[in-house]
Amino acid sequence: MKPDIKLFDSDGKRLDGRKPDELREIKIEVGVLHRAEGSCYLEWGGNKAIAAVYGPREAIPRHTQNPLRAIINARYNMAAFSVEDRKRPGPDRRSREISKVISEALAKIVLTERFPRASIDVNIEILEAEAGTRCAGLTAAGVALADAGIPIRDIPVACAAGKIENQVVLDLGKDEDNHGDADLPIAISPRTNEILLMQMDGHLTLDEFDTALELAMKGCHIVSDLQKKAILKKYQNIEEV
Amino acid sequence: MTITPLIKHDYLAKLAERGKRADGREFNEFRNIEIETNIISKAEGSARVKIGNTQVVVGIKMDVGEPYSDSPESGVMTTAAELIPLASPDFEAGPPRENAIELARVVDRGIRESGVIELDKLCIEPEEKVWIVFIDIHIIDYDGNLFDAASLAALAALMTAKVPSNRLNDDETNSYEKQLEKLYSIPGVDEAIIKKQIESLKNEDFPLPLKEPPISCTSVKYNNVIVMDASLDEEEIAEARLTVATDENGDIRAMQKGLSGSFDVEEIKKVIKTSIDNGKKIREILYKNVGK
Repeated sequence: MKPDIKLFDSDGKRLDGRKPDELREIKIEVGVLHRAEGSCYLEWGGNKAIAAVYGPREAIPRHTQNPLRAIINARYNMAAFSVEDRKRPGPDRRSREISKVISEALAKIVLTERFPRASIDVNIEILEAEAGTRCAGLTAAGVALADAGIPIRDIPVACAAGKIENQVVLDLGKDEDNHGDADLPIAISPRTNEILLMQMDGHLTLDEFDTALELAMKGCHIVSDLQKKAILKKYQNIEEV
Repeated sequence: MTITPLIKHDYLAKLAERGKRADGREFNEFRNIEIETNIISKAEGSARVKIGNTQVVVGIKMDVGEPYSDSPESGVMTTAAELIPLASPDFEAGPPRENAIELARVVDRGIRESGVIELDKLCIEPEEKVWIVFIDIHIIDYDGNLFDAASLAALAALMTAKVPSNRLNDDETNSYEKQLEKLYSIPGVDEAIIKKQIESLKNEDFPLPLKEPPISCTSVKYNNVIVMDASLDEEEIAEARLTVATDENGDIRAMQKGLSGSFDVEEIKKVIKTSIDNGKKIREILYKNVGK
Protein backbone atom coordinates (compact mmCIF):
# COMPACT_ATOMS: atom_id res chain seq x y z
CA MET A 1 0.00 0.00 0.00
CA LYS A 2 1.34 3.40 -0.96
CA PRO A 3 0.41 6.25 1.31
CA ASP A 4 -0.94 9.34 -0.42
CA ILE A 5 0.69 11.70 2.05
CA LYS A 6 4.22 11.78 3.50
CA LEU A 7 4.16 10.42 7.04
CA PHE A 8 7.87 11.03 7.77
CA ASP A 9 9.89 14.18 7.21
CA SER A 10 13.52 14.20 5.99
CA ASP A 11 14.82 13.81 9.56
CA GLY A 12 12.77 10.66 10.08
CA LYS A 13 10.36 12.51 12.35
CA ARG A 14 6.62 11.83 12.14
CA LEU A 15 3.90 14.34 11.17
CA ASP A 16 3.50 15.57 14.74
CA GLY A 17 7.25 15.65 15.27
CA ARG A 18 7.48 12.39 17.19
CA LYS A 19 10.23 9.79 16.86
CA PRO A 20 9.08 6.33 15.68
CA ASP A 21 9.06 4.92 19.22
CA GLU A 22 7.57 7.96 20.92
CA LEU A 23 4.11 8.17 22.51
CA ARG A 24 1.79 11.13 22.22
CA GLU A 25 1.44 13.22 25.36
CA ILE A 26 -0.66 11.59 28.06
CA LYS A 27 -2.40 13.24 31.00
CA ILE A 28 -4.25 11.23 33.65
CA GLU A 29 -6.49 12.56 36.43
CA VAL A 30 -8.00 10.26 39.05
CA GLY A 31 -11.36 10.64 40.81
CA VAL A 32 -12.85 13.38 38.63
CA LEU A 33 -16.51 12.42 39.19
CA HIS A 34 -18.27 12.42 42.54
CA ARG A 35 -21.11 9.98 41.85
CA ALA A 36 -19.05 7.11 40.49
CA GLU A 37 -17.28 4.63 42.76
CA GLY A 38 -14.10 5.30 40.81
CA SER A 39 -13.32 7.53 37.84
CA CYS A 40 -10.56 8.74 35.59
CA TYR A 41 -10.12 11.49 33.01
CA LEU A 42 -7.47 10.79 30.43
CA GLU A 43 -6.03 12.81 27.56
CA TRP A 44 -3.92 10.92 25.06
CA GLY A 45 -2.78 13.19 22.24
CA GLY A 46 -6.05 14.59 20.88
CA ASN A 47 -8.16 11.91 22.59
CA LYS A 48 -10.19 12.83 25.64
CA ALA A 49 -11.83 10.01 27.58
CA ILE A 50 -13.63 9.66 30.91
CA ALA A 51 -14.15 6.32 32.61
CA ALA A 52 -16.47 5.70 35.57
CA VAL A 53 -16.91 2.48 37.55
CA TYR A 54 -20.11 1.49 39.36
CA GLY A 55 -20.53 -1.66 41.43
CA PRO A 56 -20.20 -4.40 42.31
CA ARG A 57 -24.01 -4.32 42.43
CA GLU A 58 -26.77 -6.76 41.63
CA ALA A 59 -26.72 -7.57 37.93
CA ILE A 60 -29.93 -6.48 36.22
CA PRO A 61 -31.73 -7.97 34.30
CA ARG A 62 -31.38 -11.10 36.41
CA HIS A 63 -30.82 -13.46 33.51
CA THR A 64 -27.44 -11.79 32.98
CA GLN A 65 -26.31 -12.90 36.46
CA ASN A 66 -23.61 -15.50 36.78
CA PRO A 67 -24.01 -17.56 39.99
CA LEU A 68 -20.25 -18.08 40.20
CA ARG A 69 -18.81 -14.67 39.45
CA ALA A 70 -19.45 -11.01 38.67
CA ILE A 71 -20.04 -9.92 35.12
CA ILE A 72 -18.03 -7.02 33.73
CA ASN A 73 -20.18 -4.66 31.79
CA ALA A 74 -18.03 -2.17 29.91
CA ARG A 75 -19.83 0.37 27.77
CA TYR A 76 -17.77 2.39 25.29
CA ASN A 77 -19.66 5.40 23.97
CA MET A 78 -18.65 8.30 21.74
CA ALA A 79 -20.12 11.75 22.26
CA ALA A 80 -21.93 13.13 19.23
CA PHE A 81 -19.44 15.99 19.04
CA SER A 82 -16.31 13.85 19.50
CA VAL A 83 -15.61 13.37 15.80
CA GLU A 84 -15.31 15.54 12.68
CA ASP A 85 -18.80 14.74 11.32
CA ARG A 86 -21.41 14.59 14.07
CA LYS A 87 -22.02 11.02 15.19
CA ARG A 88 -25.60 9.98 15.89
CA PRO A 89 -26.01 9.40 19.63
CA GLY A 90 -26.27 5.85 20.89
CA PRO A 91 -24.34 2.65 20.33
CA ASP A 92 -23.47 1.54 16.81
CA ARG A 93 -21.90 -1.75 15.71
CA ARG A 94 -18.37 -0.43 16.20
CA SER A 95 -18.92 0.76 19.76
CA ARG A 96 -20.72 -2.48 20.68
CA GLU A 97 -17.77 -4.50 19.49
CA ILE A 98 -15.29 -2.31 21.37
CA SER A 99 -17.46 -2.57 24.50
CA LYS A 100 -17.38 -6.35 24.18
CA VAL A 101 -13.61 -6.74 23.77
CA ILE A 102 -12.94 -4.27 26.59
CA SER A 103 -15.39 -6.11 28.90
CA GLU A 104 -13.60 -9.37 28.14
CA ALA A 105 -10.18 -7.82 28.71
CA LEU A 106 -11.19 -6.42 32.09
CA ALA A 107 -12.93 -9.65 33.20
CA LYS A 108 -9.54 -11.36 33.24
CA ILE A 109 -7.97 -9.02 35.79
CA VAL A 110 -10.90 -8.36 38.13
CA LEU A 111 -11.38 -10.94 40.93
CA THR A 112 -14.88 -11.59 39.64
CA GLU A 113 -15.24 -14.81 41.67
CA ARG A 114 -15.55 -12.64 44.79
CA PHE A 115 -18.88 -11.19 43.66
CA PRO A 116 -21.27 -13.84 42.35
CA ARG A 117 -24.43 -12.53 40.64
CA ALA A 118 -23.06 -8.98 40.64
CA SER A 119 -22.18 -6.67 37.83
CA ILE A 120 -19.30 -4.23 37.70
CA ASP A 121 -20.18 -1.49 35.26
CA VAL A 122 -17.42 0.37 33.50
CA ASN A 123 -18.63 3.35 31.50
CA ILE A 124 -16.21 4.85 29.03
CA GLU A 125 -17.13 8.13 27.35
CA ILE A 126 -15.06 9.44 24.48
CA LEU A 127 -15.42 13.23 24.50
CA GLU A 128 -12.97 13.76 21.67
CA ALA A 129 -11.54 11.15 19.33
CA GLU A 130 -8.27 11.16 17.41
CA ALA A 131 -7.13 7.58 16.73
CA GLY A 132 -6.54 5.15 19.57
CA THR A 133 -9.73 5.74 21.57
CA ARG A 134 -10.08 2.09 22.61
CA CYS A 135 -6.58 2.16 24.12
CA ALA A 136 -7.27 5.49 25.82
CA GLY A 137 -10.64 4.20 27.07
CA LEU A 138 -9.29 0.92 28.42
CA THR A 139 -6.34 2.65 30.08
CA ALA A 140 -8.75 5.09 31.77
CA ALA A 141 -10.99 2.18 32.79
CA GLY A 142 -8.03 0.46 34.46
CA VAL A 143 -7.35 3.54 36.58
CA ALA A 144 -11.05 3.94 37.42
CA LEU A 145 -11.22 0.31 38.60
CA ALA A 146 -8.29 0.92 40.92
CA ASP A 147 -9.84 4.19 42.13
CA ALA A 148 -13.09 2.33 42.85
CA GLY A 149 -11.22 -0.10 45.06
CA ILE A 150 -12.40 -3.10 43.05
CA PRO A 151 -10.13 -6.09 43.77
CA ILE A 152 -7.96 -6.50 40.69
CA ARG A 153 -4.91 -8.60 39.92
CA ASP A 154 -3.23 -5.73 38.10
CA ILE A 155 -4.02 -2.37 36.52
CA PRO A 156 -4.69 -3.12 32.87
CA VAL A 157 -3.15 -0.82 30.30
CA ALA A 158 -3.41 -0.50 26.53
CA CYS A 159 -1.29 0.90 23.74
CA ALA A 160 -1.05 0.42 19.97
CA ALA A 161 1.80 -0.01 17.55
CA GLY A 162 1.46 0.15 13.79
CA LYS A 163 3.20 0.34 10.47
CA ILE A 164 3.54 3.46 8.36
CA GLU A 165 5.62 3.70 5.21
CA ASN A 166 7.09 0.26 5.95
CA GLN A 167 8.32 1.23 9.36
CA VAL A 168 6.95 -0.01 12.66
CA VAL A 169 6.02 2.89 14.95
CA LEU A 170 4.41 3.36 18.34
CA ASP A 171 0.94 4.84 18.95
CA LEU A 172 -0.51 5.87 15.58
CA GLY A 173 -1.93 9.39 15.24
CA LYS A 174 -5.00 10.26 13.17
CA ASP A 175 -3.32 10.62 9.77
CA GLU A 176 -1.03 7.69 10.43
CA ASP A 177 -4.07 5.53 11.20
CA ASN A 178 -5.88 6.68 8.05
CA HIS A 179 -2.93 6.42 5.69
CA GLY A 180 -0.81 3.79 7.42
CA ASP A 181 -0.44 0.09 6.60
CA ALA A 182 -1.30 -1.60 9.89
CA ASP A 183 -2.58 -0.96 13.40
CA LEU A 184 -2.06 -3.31 16.35
CA PRO A 185 -3.79 -2.20 19.57
CA ILE A 186 -3.10 -4.39 22.60
CA ALA A 187 -3.96 -4.35 26.28
CA ILE A 188 -1.81 -6.14 28.83
CA SER A 189 -1.54 -6.93 32.47
CA PRO A 190 1.82 -5.16 32.96
CA ARG A 191 2.94 -7.31 35.93
CA THR A 192 2.82 -10.53 33.92
CA ASN A 193 2.81 -9.23 30.33
CA GLU A 194 -0.28 -11.34 29.66
CA ILE A 195 -2.19 -10.04 26.66
CA LEU A 196 -5.80 -9.12 27.50
CA LEU A 197 -6.83 -7.53 24.22
CA MET A 198 -5.38 -7.72 20.77
CA GLN A 199 -6.77 -6.53 17.50
CA MET A 200 -4.99 -5.95 14.26
CA ASP A 201 -5.85 -4.65 10.84
CA GLY A 202 -3.70 -4.05 7.80
CA HIS A 203 -0.68 -6.03 6.74
CA LEU A 204 2.34 -7.12 8.80
CA THR A 205 5.03 -9.70 8.10
CA LEU A 206 5.87 -12.06 10.95
CA ASP A 207 9.03 -10.07 11.69
CA GLU A 208 7.15 -6.80 11.64
CA PHE A 209 4.57 -8.29 13.98
CA ASP A 210 7.28 -9.26 16.47
CA THR A 211 8.71 -5.74 16.36
CA ALA A 212 5.29 -4.12 16.63
CA LEU A 213 4.25 -6.30 19.57
CA GLU A 214 7.49 -5.57 21.40
CA LEU A 215 7.06 -1.86 20.77
CA ALA A 216 3.41 -1.87 21.89
CA MET A 217 4.42 -3.73 25.07
CA LYS A 218 7.08 -1.11 25.71
CA GLY A 219 4.44 1.60 25.22
CA CYS A 220 2.08 -0.19 27.63
CA HIS A 221 4.74 -0.17 30.34
CA ILE A 222 5.40 3.55 29.91
CA VAL A 223 1.66 4.27 30.16
CA SER A 224 1.39 1.89 33.12
CA ASP A 225 3.90 4.03 35.03
CA LEU A 226 1.81 7.12 34.27
CA GLN A 227 -1.32 5.34 35.56
CA LYS A 228 0.37 4.44 38.82
CA LYS A 229 1.81 7.94 39.26
CA ALA A 230 -1.66 9.45 38.79
CA ILE A 231 -3.23 7.08 41.33
CA LEU A 232 -0.46 7.71 43.86
CA LYS A 233 -0.84 11.44 43.35
CA LYS A 234 -4.49 11.34 44.37
CA TYR A 235 -4.04 9.10 47.39
CA GLN A 236 -0.76 10.60 48.59
CA ASN A 237 -2.31 14.06 48.59
CA ILE A 238 -4.98 12.80 50.94
CA GLU A 239 -2.34 11.51 53.34
CA GLU A 240 -0.72 14.93 53.50
CA VAL A 241 -3.96 16.69 54.45
CA MET B 1 -40.50 5.09 49.08
CA THR B 2 -37.52 3.19 50.40
CA ILE B 3 -36.16 3.80 53.87
CA THR B 4 -33.19 5.99 52.93
CA PRO B 5 -35.12 8.79 51.23
CA LEU B 6 -37.50 8.80 54.21
CA ILE B 7 -34.62 9.49 56.58
CA LYS B 8 -33.21 12.07 54.18
CA HIS B 9 -36.62 13.66 53.89
CA ASP B 10 -37.01 14.03 57.66
CA TYR B 11 -33.50 15.40 57.98
CA LEU B 12 -33.89 17.98 55.22
CA ALA B 13 -37.40 18.89 56.42
CA LYS B 14 -36.15 19.52 59.97
CA LEU B 15 -33.33 21.68 58.64
CA ALA B 16 -35.79 23.57 56.45
CA GLU B 17 -37.95 24.38 59.49
CA ARG B 18 -34.93 26.12 60.94
CA GLY B 19 -34.30 27.93 57.66
CA LYS B 20 -31.31 25.80 56.76
CA ARG B 21 -30.09 23.53 53.97
CA ALA B 22 -27.82 20.52 54.31
CA ASP B 23 -24.88 22.23 52.58
CA GLY B 24 -25.30 25.49 54.50
CA ARG B 25 -26.68 27.52 51.62
CA GLU B 26 -29.44 30.13 51.81
CA PHE B 27 -32.73 29.02 50.26
CA ASN B 28 -32.22 31.25 47.22
CA GLU B 29 -28.50 30.64 46.81
CA PHE B 30 -26.81 28.76 43.96
CA ARG B 31 -23.86 26.46 44.43
CA ASN B 32 -20.50 27.49 43.00
CA ILE B 33 -20.61 27.75 39.20
CA GLU B 34 -17.60 27.02 36.98
CA ILE B 35 -17.59 27.46 33.21
CA GLU B 36 -14.85 26.28 30.87
CA THR B 37 -15.13 26.80 27.11
CA ASN B 38 -13.43 25.41 23.98
CA ILE B 39 -12.68 22.07 25.59
CA ILE B 40 -13.38 19.95 22.48
CA SER B 41 -11.37 21.09 19.48
CA LYS B 42 -13.36 18.92 17.02
CA ALA B 43 -16.59 20.71 17.94
CA GLU B 44 -17.58 24.12 16.53
CA GLY B 45 -18.20 25.22 20.12
CA SER B 46 -18.03 23.47 23.47
CA ALA B 47 -18.29 24.06 27.19
CA ARG B 48 -18.08 22.26 30.50
CA VAL B 49 -20.25 23.65 33.28
CA LYS B 50 -20.06 22.63 36.92
CA ILE B 51 -22.76 23.62 39.37
CA GLY B 52 -21.49 22.18 42.63
CA ASN B 53 -20.78 18.54 41.82
CA THR B 54 -23.08 18.45 38.82
CA GLN B 55 -21.06 18.43 35.63
CA VAL B 56 -22.31 18.85 32.06
CA VAL B 57 -20.45 18.95 28.75
CA VAL B 58 -22.10 20.45 25.68
CA GLY B 59 -20.71 20.28 22.16
CA ILE B 60 -21.98 22.24 19.16
CA LYS B 61 -21.59 20.67 15.70
CA MET B 62 -22.69 22.36 12.48
CA ASP B 63 -23.50 20.88 9.15
CA VAL B 64 -25.04 22.02 5.87
CA GLY B 65 -28.50 20.60 5.23
CA GLU B 66 -31.95 21.32 3.87
CA PRO B 67 -34.28 23.80 5.58
CA TYR B 68 -37.79 22.87 6.71
CA SER B 69 -40.35 23.65 4.01
CA ASP B 70 -42.27 26.02 6.29
CA SER B 71 -39.16 28.12 7.00
CA PRO B 72 -37.08 27.98 3.82
CA GLU B 73 -34.84 30.91 4.79
CA SER B 74 -34.02 29.79 8.26
CA GLY B 75 -31.30 27.62 9.74
CA VAL B 76 -32.20 24.55 11.78
CA MET B 77 -31.31 23.74 15.38
CA THR B 78 -31.73 20.45 17.21
CA THR B 79 -31.02 19.63 20.84
CA ALA B 80 -30.33 16.18 22.23
CA ALA B 81 -29.49 15.12 25.79
CA GLU B 82 -28.12 11.84 27.01
CA LEU B 83 -28.31 10.75 30.63
CA ILE B 84 -25.37 8.41 30.23
CA PRO B 85 -24.74 5.74 32.92
CA LEU B 86 -21.37 7.36 33.63
CA ALA B 87 -23.13 10.16 35.50
CA SER B 88 -25.20 8.28 38.04
CA PRO B 89 -25.81 4.74 39.31
CA ASP B 90 -29.46 5.27 38.40
CA PHE B 91 -29.00 6.16 34.73
CA GLU B 92 -29.34 3.22 32.38
CA ALA B 93 -27.91 2.75 28.92
CA GLY B 94 -30.30 2.91 26.01
CA PRO B 95 -32.31 5.40 24.01
CA PRO B 96 -33.30 8.64 25.81
CA ARG B 97 -36.19 8.12 28.25
CA GLU B 98 -38.72 10.78 29.18
CA ASN B 99 -36.43 12.58 31.66
CA ALA B 100 -33.71 13.04 29.05
CA ILE B 101 -36.27 14.14 26.48
CA GLU B 102 -37.85 16.69 28.85
CA LEU B 103 -34.38 18.04 29.66
CA ALA B 104 -33.45 18.41 25.98
CA ARG B 105 -36.77 20.03 25.15
CA VAL B 106 -36.64 22.56 28.00
CA VAL B 107 -33.10 23.57 27.02
CA ASP B 108 -34.15 23.69 23.36
CA ARG B 109 -37.17 25.85 24.12
CA GLY B 110 -35.15 28.34 26.18
CA ILE B 111 -32.84 28.83 23.21
CA ARG B 112 -35.23 28.46 20.30
CA GLU B 113 -38.26 30.47 21.45
CA SER B 114 -36.21 33.35 22.77
CA GLY B 115 -34.44 33.52 19.41
CA VAL B 116 -30.93 33.34 20.85
CA ILE B 117 -29.58 31.83 17.64
CA GLU B 118 -30.38 34.14 14.76
CA LEU B 119 -31.48 31.30 12.52
CA ASP B 120 -32.26 33.63 9.59
CA LYS B 121 -28.55 34.43 9.44
CA LEU B 122 -27.81 30.74 8.97
CA CYS B 123 -29.45 30.51 5.57
CA ILE B 124 -26.95 29.82 2.81
CA GLU B 125 -29.34 29.45 -0.12
CA PRO B 126 -33.11 29.84 0.40
CA GLU B 127 -35.02 26.54 0.12
CA GLU B 128 -31.81 24.68 -0.64
CA LYS B 129 -29.07 24.94 1.94
CA VAL B 130 -28.96 26.13 5.53
CA TRP B 131 -26.73 25.55 8.52
CA ILE B 132 -27.94 22.92 10.95
CA VAL B 133 -26.83 23.52 14.54
CA PHE B 134 -26.63 20.40 16.68
CA ILE B 135 -26.57 20.99 20.44
CA ASP B 136 -25.53 17.77 22.16
CA ILE B 137 -25.77 17.69 25.95
CA HIS B 138 -23.68 15.16 27.80
CA ILE B 139 -24.35 14.74 31.51
CA ILE B 140 -21.05 13.68 33.11
CA ASP B 141 -21.79 13.84 36.85
CA TYR B 142 -25.26 14.13 38.34
CA ASP B 143 -25.80 15.98 41.61
CA GLY B 144 -29.08 17.71 40.89
CA ASN B 145 -30.31 20.67 38.79
CA LEU B 146 -29.51 19.39 35.33
CA PHE B 147 -31.85 21.94 33.73
CA ASP B 148 -29.75 24.97 34.68
CA ALA B 149 -26.40 23.26 34.18
CA ALA B 150 -27.41 22.01 30.72
CA SER B 151 -28.89 25.37 29.66
CA LEU B 152 -25.86 27.28 30.84
CA ALA B 153 -23.45 24.86 29.16
CA ALA B 154 -25.44 25.09 25.92
CA LEU B 155 -25.28 28.90 26.01
CA ALA B 156 -21.56 28.98 26.81
CA ALA B 157 -20.90 26.54 23.95
CA LEU B 158 -23.04 28.55 21.51
CA MET B 159 -21.43 31.85 22.52
CA THR B 160 -17.96 30.52 21.75
CA ALA B 161 -18.96 28.61 18.58
CA LYS B 162 -17.60 29.50 15.15
CA VAL B 163 -19.50 28.86 11.95
CA PRO B 164 -17.27 26.49 9.90
CA SER B 165 -17.67 28.59 6.74
CA ASN B 166 -14.46 27.13 5.31
CA ARG B 167 -16.47 24.00 4.54
CA LEU B 168 -18.55 25.87 1.96
CA ASN B 169 -17.54 25.78 -1.71
CA ASP B 170 -17.19 29.03 -3.69
CA ASP B 171 -20.79 29.07 -4.94
CA GLU B 172 -22.12 28.50 -1.47
CA THR B 173 -19.88 31.19 -0.01
CA ASN B 174 -21.10 33.72 -2.59
CA SER B 175 -24.69 32.84 -1.97
CA TYR B 176 -24.21 33.01 1.81
CA GLU B 177 -22.51 36.42 1.54
CA LYS B 178 -25.42 37.80 -0.48
CA GLN B 179 -27.89 36.38 1.99
CA LEU B 180 -26.06 37.98 4.93
CA GLU B 181 -25.69 41.32 3.14
CA LYS B 182 -29.43 41.35 2.62
CA LEU B 183 -30.04 40.62 6.30
CA TYR B 184 -27.58 43.07 7.72
CA SER B 185 -28.58 45.85 5.29
CA ILE B 186 -31.49 47.03 7.38
CA PRO B 187 -31.71 50.77 7.99
CA GLY B 188 -29.71 51.88 10.96
CA VAL B 189 -27.05 49.20 10.66
CA ASP B 190 -23.60 50.60 10.07
CA GLU B 191 -22.06 49.53 6.78
CA ALA B 192 -18.77 48.88 8.55
CA ILE B 193 -20.49 46.25 10.68
CA ILE B 194 -21.81 44.47 7.59
CA LYS B 195 -18.34 44.51 6.03
CA LYS B 196 -16.81 43.18 9.20
CA GLN B 197 -19.30 40.34 9.42
CA ILE B 198 -18.81 39.32 5.79
CA GLU B 199 -15.05 39.57 6.18
CA SER B 200 -15.09 37.31 9.24
CA LEU B 201 -17.08 34.79 7.21
CA LYS B 202 -14.19 34.57 4.77
CA ASN B 203 -11.63 34.45 7.55
CA GLU B 204 -13.21 31.28 8.85
CA ASP B 205 -13.86 32.65 12.30
CA PHE B 206 -17.39 33.78 11.78
CA PRO B 207 -19.03 33.67 15.21
CA LEU B 208 -22.45 32.11 15.45
CA PRO B 209 -24.92 35.04 15.19
CA LEU B 210 -26.56 35.29 18.61
CA LYS B 211 -28.79 37.57 20.64
CA GLU B 212 -28.74 38.12 24.38
CA PRO B 213 -29.62 34.79 25.97
CA PRO B 214 -32.13 34.17 28.76
CA ILE B 215 -30.74 32.51 31.88
CA SER B 216 -32.56 29.55 33.36
CA CYS B 217 -32.98 29.15 37.13
CA THR B 218 -34.70 26.16 38.70
CA SER B 219 -36.32 25.98 42.14
CA VAL B 220 -37.87 23.05 43.93
CA LYS B 221 -40.38 22.87 46.76
CA TYR B 222 -40.31 20.44 49.66
CA ASN B 223 -41.90 20.57 53.09
CA ASN B 224 -43.33 24.02 52.30
CA VAL B 225 -40.02 25.67 51.57
CA ILE B 226 -38.74 26.64 48.14
CA VAL B 227 -35.06 26.31 47.40
CA MET B 228 -33.06 27.41 44.38
CA ASP B 229 -30.60 25.08 42.59
CA ALA B 230 -31.53 21.84 44.37
CA SER B 231 -28.84 19.31 45.17
CA LEU B 232 -29.57 15.68 44.36
CA ASP B 233 -30.82 14.96 47.90
CA GLU B 234 -33.18 17.92 47.74
CA GLU B 235 -34.33 16.93 44.27
CA GLU B 236 -35.10 13.40 45.47
CA ILE B 237 -37.57 14.65 48.06
CA ALA B 238 -38.92 17.53 45.95
CA GLU B 239 -42.68 17.79 45.51
CA ALA B 240 -42.68 20.38 42.76
CA ARG B 241 -40.15 22.02 40.48
CA LEU B 242 -40.20 25.28 38.52
CA THR B 243 -37.73 26.46 35.90
CA VAL B 244 -37.84 30.14 34.94
CA ALA B 245 -35.65 31.63 32.21
CA THR B 246 -35.30 35.41 32.33
CA ASP B 247 -33.60 37.84 29.97
CA GLU B 248 -31.30 40.81 30.58
CA ASN B 249 -34.33 43.11 31.11
CA GLY B 250 -35.75 40.84 33.78
CA ASP B 251 -38.56 39.62 31.49
CA ILE B 252 -39.66 35.99 31.49
CA ARG B 253 -38.67 33.98 28.40
CA ALA B 254 -39.44 30.35 29.23
CA MET B 255 -40.94 28.31 32.06
CA GLN B 256 -41.45 24.69 32.95
CA LYS B 257 -43.24 23.32 35.99
CA GLY B 258 -42.47 19.73 36.89
CA LEU B 259 -43.35 16.96 39.37
CA SER B 260 -46.70 16.16 40.95
CA GLY B 261 -46.77 18.83 43.70
CA SER B 262 -48.18 22.32 43.24
CA PHE B 263 -47.32 25.99 43.82
CA ASP B 264 -49.71 28.78 44.72
CA VAL B 265 -49.62 32.10 42.88
CA GLU B 266 -47.61 33.88 45.59
CA GLU B 267 -45.01 31.13 45.50
CA ILE B 268 -44.73 31.36 41.72
CA LYS B 269 -44.16 35.11 41.94
CA LYS B 270 -41.52 34.63 44.58
CA VAL B 271 -39.75 32.03 42.45
CA ILE B 272 -39.78 34.38 39.46
CA LYS B 273 -38.28 37.16 41.59
CA THR B 274 -35.41 34.98 42.86
CA SER B 275 -34.89 33.64 39.34
CA ILE B 276 -34.38 37.17 38.05
CA ASP B 277 -31.92 37.96 40.85
CA ASN B 278 -29.92 34.78 40.32
CA GLY B 279 -30.21 35.16 36.54
CA LYS B 280 -28.33 38.47 36.78
CA LYS B 281 -25.49 36.91 38.74
CA ILE B 282 -25.22 33.90 36.44
CA ARG B 283 -25.28 36.14 33.37
CA GLU B 284 -22.23 37.97 34.72
CA ILE B 285 -20.40 34.68 35.29
CA LEU B 286 -21.34 33.51 31.78
CA TYR B 287 -20.21 36.72 30.06
CA LYS B 288 -16.95 36.75 31.98
CA ASN B 289 -16.18 33.21 30.87
CA VAL B 290 -17.04 33.63 27.19
CA GLY B 291 -15.12 36.90 26.97
CA LYS B 292 -18.11 39.12 26.33
